Amino acid sequence: MKTRPMMLALAVAAAIAAPAAMAEGSTADGIAQYRAMLAEGNPAELWELAGEDIWKEKAGPKQASLEQCDLGKGPGVVKGASAALPRYFKDTDRVQDLESRLMTCMQTLQGISPDNFVKGKWGKGEMEKMEQIVAYVVGQSRDMKINVDMSSPQMKKMYALGKKAFFYRAGPMDFACSTCHGEDGKRIRLQDLPNLTKHEGAAAGWGSWPAYRVSNGQFWTMQHRLNDCYRQQRFPEPIYGSDVTIALSVYMAKTANGGTVMTPGIKR
Amino acid sequence: MGNPMRIRAAASDGVTEVKVLMNHEMETGQRKDSSGNLIPAHFITELNAKHGDKVVLQAEFGPSVSKNPFLSFKFKGGAKGEKVVISWVDNKGDSRSDEATIG
Repeated sequence: MKTRPMMLALAVAAAIAAPAAMAEGSTADGIAQYRAMLAEGNPAELWELAGEDIWKEKAGPKQASLEQCDLGKGPGVVKGASAALPRYFKDTDRVQDLESRLMTCMQTLQGISPDNFVKGKWGKGEMEKMEQIVAYVVGQSRDMKINVDMSSPQMKKMYALGKKAFFYRAGPMDFACSTCHGEDGKRIRLQDLPNLTKHEGAAAGWGSWPAYRVSNGQFWTMQHRLNDCYRQQRFPEPIYGSDVTIALSVYMAKTANGGTVMTPGIKR
Repeated sequence: MGNPMRIRAAASDGVTEVKVLMNHEMETGQRKDSSGNLIPAHFITELNAKHGDKVVLQAEFGPSVSKNPFLSFKFKGGAKGEKVVISWVDNKGDSRSDEATIG
């Protein structure tokens, strides 16, 4: 009988100690653990699978596939293409990100109008196919190094514009991208926000989008991500594939250069 | 017919580990759409895993399982080159069956 209260006391002590020990690991660690558990079964793979089929499928008024689409590494080369985007394209005389380039390919090769995307809704109709193609293409650069070529004057110009846009404060809340993403240790709710002005932060952010979002079961492209950043700042939402979105991508990608591509990513 | 699953299976030391990613809405029947109408329930009810003719796993799923569910399990036996077949049935009577070769 004597040992019983002892045992009980030990059990109570253990029960009190346990939450204290748990509190030592920060919330960020908990989220990191959650992400690691999810990463094994990233549903973005389902988008990748669908996207690979769509890439090879004949579609649009011209009944052509995207297999001749030049993403910057020559017609039809997908491997490693997104790790080097955005880039300057001579044929369109524009700096393009993955999605604006895909719009060009769809228009020229397949005859699919950009209006399907510019006026389209996320996850619906042609936009859903765009998201699947994006998942496939970015998956083909997984584990490669981010390698954006900044040598052309057009890219330098876009970088300068992107940097300006990043720090540009406006809207009813007088926010800029830099309000949340310009310092270390900022967070939204419980999630740490990357400092996109530094290499580590930019590599973590740029390197892990596009991504699947577990909370809403949707796959978000970079254009969708940027659009929502602006919505959250209460800015007017930018036009799909517009220059400001590409400029911001150039700014992030250049800062992230040398980091690892982890796309398609997974977010809570 | 449902959307394709992504199945991976790997054998080591006489144990095969199977990882399945299913493509399914898994709608609970509790949610409402933007106009306030109830979204009808649509979820997987039964799942079956076979190695050859032998059933190695049977599971009952319900509305509490997430969208695009991921399932991982191990069974004794299985060798490289053999097949694992996964199939599911949902509450609307839809079904899907996919197979993978053990690597």
